Amino acid sequence: MSDNVVLRTQALTKHYGGVHALQSANFEMKKGEHVAIMGDNGAGKSTFVRQITGVEQRTSGNVWLYGEEVNFAGPLDAREAGIETVFQTLALADDLDVPDNLFLGREKTFADWLGPFRILDYKGMRKATMAGLEKTGVKIPNIRNTIQNMSGGQRQCVAIARTATFHSRLTIMDEPTAALGVQETGQVENIIRTLKEQGEPLILVSHNMRQVMDLVDRIIVFRRGRICANLKKEETDGQDVVAYITGAKTQPEYEESAT
Amino acid sequence: MADTSHGTGGLTFDTTKRSWPNEMNILLALIIIIVIFEILGQILPYMNDQSFLFDTRGRFDTIFNEARLKIIILQVSIIGIIALGVSQVIITAGIDLSSGPLVAATAMIAMSFGQTELVNGNPNPKALFGVWAMDLPVLVPIIVGLTFGAMIGAINGTFIAYFRIPPFIATLGMFLILRGIALWWSGGRPVSFPTESYKFIGSGMMPVVWFLSLAAIFHLILRYTVYGKHTYAIGSNEEAARMSGINVRRHKVLVYMVASMLAAFAGVVLSAKASTAQAGMGEFYELFAIAMAVIGGISLTGGRGSIIGTVLGAMVLGVIRSGFTFVKLDGSYQLMAMGGIIIAAVILDQYRQRNRA
Ligand SMILES: Nc1ncnc2c1ncn2[C@@H]1O[C@H](COP(=O)(O)OP(=O)(O)O)[C@@H](O)[C@H]1O
Ligand SMILES: [Mg+2]
Repeated sequence: MSDNVVLRTQALTKHYGGVHALQSANFEMKKGEHVAIMGDNGAGKSTFVRQITGVEQRTSGNVWLYGEEVNFAGPLDAREAGIETVFQTLALADDLDVPDNLFLGREKTFADWLGPFRILDYKGMRKATMAGLEKTGVKIPNIRNTIQNMSGGQRQCVAIARTATFHSRLTIMDEPTAALGVQETGQVENIIRTLKEQGEPLILVSHNMRQVMDLVDRIIVFRRGRICANLKKEETDGQDVVAYITGAKTQPEYEESAT
Repeated sequence: MADTSHGTGGLTFDTTKRSWPNEMNILLALIIIIVIFEILGQILPYMNDQSFLFDTRGRFDTIFNEARLKIIILQVSIIGIIALGVSQVIITAGIDLSSGPLVAATAMIAMSFGQTELVNGNPNPKALFGVWAMDLPVLVPIIVGLTFGAMIGAINGTFIAYFRIPPFIATLGMFLILRGIALWWSGGRPVSFPTESYKFIGSGMMPVVWFLSLAAIFHLILRYTVYGKHTYAIGSNEEAARMSGINVRRHKVLVYMVASMLAAFAGVVLSAKASTAQAGMGEFYELFAIAMAVIGGISLTGGRGSIIGTVLGAMVLGVIRSGFTFVKLDGSYQLMAMGGIIIAAVILDQYRQRNRA
C-alpha cells in the first residue's frame, strides 16, 4: 500500500446492540480524489463517517490514514491526524461567535502552563478565521456575532469554513446541503470546488444526484449497512446509481456481502 | 426572522444585530428599583421625605448615603460569592442546590482548625480538638475548607458527569448529606472563638473585598480562558462540545469543583464574620445564590450570562432587601417581592430566547 492512498478501511464494522449499522466496509481513496457516498436513509453512511472520525468506537475492522494504521480514541485525535469533518448535526455552539466555533476544542492559547485556565489568543483566532473564510470564499461581515441568528446556509458555511481553517489531510462532509435552499447549496458547492482545485481530498455524503455528478470523481453506494457498488463517474449515470441504491443492482464483487 | 438571503447568495450577515448587552437591562432594572424606593421615600406619609440613595443630612463626604450602600453590598457579598460559582454551573446547563449546607459544613470544619487556645486567659470553652489544633496559621483552616469544598464538588461533578445523575437530584442528595455532616461534626454544638487572623477574613468590609475581587477574577477567567470558553460551549450545545473534542465530563467535574470551592470559601468568610460556626448556617443560601444568577441573566438552559450580570443580580436583591427595610415593610413582604422578581426574570429570559431565533 502506498501513501498515495489517503484513507483505507478494511472490514470496518459497527453494531449497535443487534443493529448491524455497518458491515465489513472495504473502502479506499487516493490523493486529490473527491468521493461521494450515497445510499438510502439508514444505509449506514453516517455510521461509516462516525467510525473513521473517532466519534464512536468501531466494533471491528481496521483504518489506515496515509498508510498509517489509526485508532482514534476521540474526535480530537482524528482532527489532530488531519481529518476535518462537517457532521450531519452541525456541531456548532449557538451562543458562541464564528472564531469561537471554528476553534472549539483546539483554541489558540497563551500561557499553556495554566492548564485549563490558559489564556485565549482571540486575535490569532480571528486572523486565522478570516484566512479560512477567504480560502473558502465565504463572506461574513461580522465574525464576532454569535451564530444563533444565522440561517441554515450561513451556519453550514461556518461549519465548512471550520474544516478549511485547519490544514486538513482529509475533509468529510455528511449531507452538507440537505437542509439548504438553492442559493445556499450553490455556495456550499463552490466551496467544494475550491477544495478540489486545491487538491484536498473529500468524502461527500449526499442524496443529491445532480450535485454528486457535478462534483465528485467516484461514487460509493451503501445499502443496508454494506457497500454494494464502487462507480467511476464517467462509467455511470443517475439511473444506474439509483438502481444500486434501491437494490435493483449489485456489483459482482460485492455480491456475496450485499444481500 | 428576517430573511437576509435574497439576492446576496445567502451569505450576507446582518451586521446591525450587534445586540444591546443584557447586562444593560439588569443595570436599568436596578436603577428603576432604586428610583422607585427613592420616590416611595418622598411620597409615603410616614417616611418624612427621607432619601433612599442620597445623604440628605450631610453625614458623609459624598452625596450618597454611604452607610446604606455599604450595608446593601455587605449583605449580599457572602451569598454573592456562592452565586459566582453557581453561575458557572448554570452556564453549563446544570444546577447546584448543595451550596447552602456546604457553607455550614465548611464553616464548622474550617473553624475547628482556626480556634484560639485561650479565651480571656481560660481554655477555649468551645474547643473541638486538642491544643494541637489551636492557634494554627490562618492558612490552615482556609486550605482545609477549600479542600473540603473541592472534594464535595468533585463528588457532585462525578455523579453528574460520569453516572449521569441529573444535577438537581445529585446536589439535592448532597444538600442533605452536608447538613448531616454539619450536625455530626461537633455533635450539634457550635464551634466558636476563632483566632484574630481568622476573624479578620470576615471583619468589616472584607466580605465585600472578597466578593468583588473574586468576581473580577472569575469575570476574566470566564471571558479570556479556555475554561470559560468550554463552560459556555457545553451549556450551549453539549453534543457539539463533545464532537469538537472537549472532554465534557472532565470539564463538568472541574466546574462543580470550582463552584463548591467558592461556596466553601463563603462558609469560611461567614463563620469569620460571625465569629462562630453553627450547623444551621447558610439556610436558603443556595436558593438566593441561584436567584442572583437568574436575575443577573444567567440562562437556566445554559450557554448564556456573565459574571457582571450575576454581580448586578446580587445588587438587585440587596437593593430590594434594603429598600423594603427603608420603607418599613418587614421580611414577609421582602420574600414575596423577591419570589416575584425571580419568576419575572425567568419569564423574561424565556421571552428573549423565543425572540432571538
Ligand atoms: N446510536 C445508534 N444506536 C442504535 N442504532 C443506530 C444508532 N445510530 C444509527 N443507528 C442505526 O444504524 C443504521 C444506520 O444509520 P445511519 O448511519 O445514520 O444511516 P444514514 O446516515 O445512511 O442515513 C440505522 O438503522 C440507524 O437506525
Ligand atoms: Mg446520515
